[in-house]
Amino acid sequence: MNKTIFTVDQNKLTVKRTFNAPADIVWRAWTEPELLDQWWAPKPWKSETKHMDFREGGYRLYAMVGPEGEKHWGRTDYESIVRLKNFSGKDAFCDEEGNTSPGAPVASFVNRFTETSNRTEVVIITEYPTEADLQKVIEMGMKEGLSTAFEHLDEVLLAKTKN
Amino acid sequence: MIANESMYLNSIADNFEVSRPAVSQHIKVLTECGLITIKKEGRKHYCELQADKLSKVAEWIEPFRKMWEARFEKLDDLLEDLKVKSKNSEK
Repeated sequence: MNKTIFTVDQNKLTVKRTFNAPADIVWRAWTEPELLDQWWAPKPWKSETKHMDFREGGYRLYAMVGPEGEKHWGRTDYESIVRLKNFSGKDAFCDEEGNTSPGAPVASFVNRFTETSNRTEVVIITEYPTEADLQKVIEMGMKEGLSTAFEHLDEVLLAKTKN
Repeated sequence: MIANESMYLNSIADNFEVSRPAVSQHIKVLTECGLITIKKEGRKHYCELQADKLSKVAEWIEPFRKMWEARFEKLDDLLEDLKVKSKNSEK
């Protein structure tokens, strides 16, 4: 598996990862709703896109659906798109109609794609305006991140039991 | 290195094969981030690790790390499928 590099600069997180596929395929996985839903939610969560209009000024409204059927709604607004190269915008929590609640954390993101000999490096830069915003995102992310960790633990334990 | 004990600035530089100005530069950045503090004792300066700050950084990155790693694991599989499909459609 390719290595993922994480760097932090105050309220800015940079994630760097190379994928073993050309940029046109990686781009599709990031920008087509039916493909995005197949990987956007970490296990055991599921991503369900309710609306997606991938163009500058357009947005995606989606739910992260938990194992108990609970839903966390998210909204991504697209600000600039350069096909196969990069896109940027804003990420926010919202209700199922896509209304962001006042005071809810909003993150700015830029995703860059660079192809080199059939492999594509993706750089994701996410920036939170204040520490309070970041804290709220962590609280949300914790729930999903931790259940993922436990899921993996279950798998490891199951594999061990079989041996 | 300073996780174990506070160290004088000059003795830190002795442990690395880089110039003193280069070490000073690193120390400056770490100080600005609040990860270490410089204290003065007589004529010597020594630096201390602010472990709580460091773990704070590690703490907030952790859920993000888990989330992205879990996503990428799925994305790797999806990309393999898509590669096969696009090859088949070329035939």
